[in-house]
Amino acid sequence: MIKKLTLSALTALTFTAGGAFAAGGAGHVEDFQFSFEGPFGTYDQMQLQRGLKVYTEVCSSCHGLKYVPLRALEGDGGVGWSEAQVRAYAEQTFEIYDEELEDFRPARPVDHFPANTGAGAPDLSLMAKARAGFHGPYGLGLNQLFKGMGGAEYIASLLTGYTGEEKEEAGTILYENKAFPGGWISMAPPLYGEDVDFDDGHSNDLHHEAEDLAAFLMWAAEPKLTARKEAGFIGVLFLAVLSVLLYLTNKRIWAPIKRKDTA
Amino acid sequence: MAGIPHDHYEPKSNGEKWLHKRLPIVGLLYDTIMIPTPKNLNWMWIWGIVLTFCLALQIITGIVLVMHYTPHVDLAFASVEHIMRNVNGGAMLRYLHMNGASLFFVAVYAHIFRGLYYGSYKAPREITWIIGMLIYLMMMGTAFMGYVLPWGQMSFWGATVITGLFGAIPFVGESLQTWLLGGPAVDNATLNRFFSLHYLLPFVIAGLVAVHIWAFHTTGNNNPTGVEVRRTSKADAEKDTVPFWPYFVIKDLFALAVILLVFFAIVGFMPNYLGHPDNYIEANPLATPAHIVPEWYFLPFYAILRAFTADVWVVIIAETLTGGIIDAKFFGVLAMFGSIAVMALAPWLDTSSVRSGRYRPMFKWWFWLLVIDFFVLMWLGAMPAEEPYATFSLIASAYWFAYFLVILPLLGVIEKPLPQPETIEADFDAHYPPKDDAKGATAATPAE
Repeated sequence: MIKKLTLSALTALTFTAGGAFAAGGAGHVEDFQFSFEGPFGTYDQMQLQRGLKVYTEVCSSCHGLKYVPLRALEGDGGVGWSEAQVRAYAEQTFEIYDEELEDFRPARPVDHFPANTGAGAPDLSLMAKARAGFHGPYGLGLNQLFKGMGGAEYIASLLTGYTGEEKEEAGTILYENKAFPGGWISMAPPLYGEDVDFDDGHSNDLHHEAEDLAAFLMWAAEPKLTARKEAGFIGVLFLAVLSVLLYLTNKRIWAPIKRKDTA
Repeated sequence: MAGIPHDHYEPKSNGEKWLHKRLPIVGLLYDTIMIPTPKNLNWMWIWGIVLTFCLALQIITGIVLVMHYTPHVDLAFASVEHIMRNVNGGAMLRYLHMNGASLFFVAVYAHIFRGLYYGSYKAPREITWIIGMLIYLMMMGTAFMGYVLPWGQMSFWGATVITGLFGAIPFVGESLQTWLLGGPAVDNATLNRFFSLHYLLPFVIAGLVAVHIWAFHTTGNNNPTGVEVRRTSKADAEKDTVPFWPYFVIKDLFALAVILLVFFAIVGFMPNYLGHPDNYIEANPLATPAHIVPEWYFLPFYAILRAFTADVWVVIIAETLTGGIIDAKFFGVLAMFGSIAVMALAPWLDTSSVRSGRYRPMFKWWFWLLVIDFFVLMWLGAMPAEEPYATFSLIASAYWFAYFLVILPLLGVIEKPLPQPETIEADFDAHYPPKDDAKGATAATPAE
């Protein structure tokens, strides 16, 4: 009885994924292996720096990152730049419209990455959390625990999923893409491979560029991932110890009532 | 407190006596925490503490979140991102609050189904049950409005769909909907009033919780046998009960720690598992998401809402009889609210003289079918409104109503219940047999 009800309560949790994943459509999402997957996964600092470079040199011409402050590039757990590096990057890369100056000026670390709506392209700040790649097993989505939400996989799959087919519809050119729900996307293939030279000499073929960019966008969407997992781990550890202590206390207190011998 | 006879607080020092004459608050706390509790309660009686914890967790995390949140259509989404990125511990706070709602509903469903199985709703606990149902309704309202606050796509479209239900009410519906929204559509006025009510309702819930506890402390707890505690004398009562402190406080805290362990694993390692990816896209009144899906805890009732389409014969009859006043949409709304109303009426629909499902051989089967039905409805609520799900939804919804309106009243007449134990003590002794008579007699004395 108790077991059955406890099980029901647990399945209540798992069923939800039906809701979480009912949407999405039928695109094919490939399972990339990212360093930040699983309860102990963290970001790969070098990968984030490479991904940032891809974003800066390719994506940023159409896509904004308006919720991400530039200063977030500094410090541990993420891109891991020094203050000077962030300052130099901000000044050399972006111009910000300053309402007080009523003019453009070079960006500073306190500014955010600029929004970019010129080409009608969506902002990428939260893209890695706004798409879910994984639905399994059985639509329960429980493999999120080990694989993450699959948003980064969706992005990487999308960037590597172009078939090369094009069609024109109502004056817009659509490109066939295996990962995109519906199969046709209005974004021209942004990456072909060897678009960016990585400072660490890492391979810059299409697959690796897409993977690195997806990792960077996951960081952009969830910059506090490492801190969160640490807090979760400490919480679980603490509660495990507390549970054992309370279990023993409970057993000891009830022993006379249940007529059991106490050691 | 009336009810089971037990020792009451006696002020000893002069200071205690001074306070007790003016405000007997220590006595009240003493009576509450030392209430005689049936000693045979099983692990399904732990959810009350879990629920109390959830309410406290949601209020505390919520109050801090409000310090950083901005209820405005142009700023709300960005302010949530501000919490997630810039506020110290903000990401953790928000994920706790977000998943705390889910823990709240897991606990409340377990609590409700426990009550349904063990007949906790039956006389003399009808008031406790009704207050509980009110709390549950308030929880749903609070959770729904809270989900609107981040102003994501699912927030906006969920609000649009659910407030649209009120528009289905004949004659006054449209004006009512406009009044609720503060305008012709979900907009800044809606967000502001939802924010205000989302902050208010938890405190109303806290008040109702106090009444809920007051009510069942007056009647005494139900227990797995459904047999009442003997009230003939204090000595008799003590054979059936132990004081809430420390026996059940420690037991409940142990259960809470285990549940929180799972909760922290979810918050820490997969905090977006129960959410919807679309809510990380800012609300856009011009772009409707492919599927609008409510949060998991609404899914069973959402399935009932959608089950009654215009081609179902009961809907056709209702529409014909009322001259079109009750159309399919309004019928669905009535069915959804009705599905909760029939649950609230369980104390009067259940005709069986036996309280606990443990001694009701036929009831057991129908009860577990209801539990399965609940999960099937939850699954169907997440599925698109097309065949075969539409037919399944109709069957599952029909069973929900049949259970309360047909099966519960009939079972009391046709079922032959099993013999119940004489006393709670007898049930307890069957599980934990007395070693010998001498030891058995001392068993009810406290441990420490």
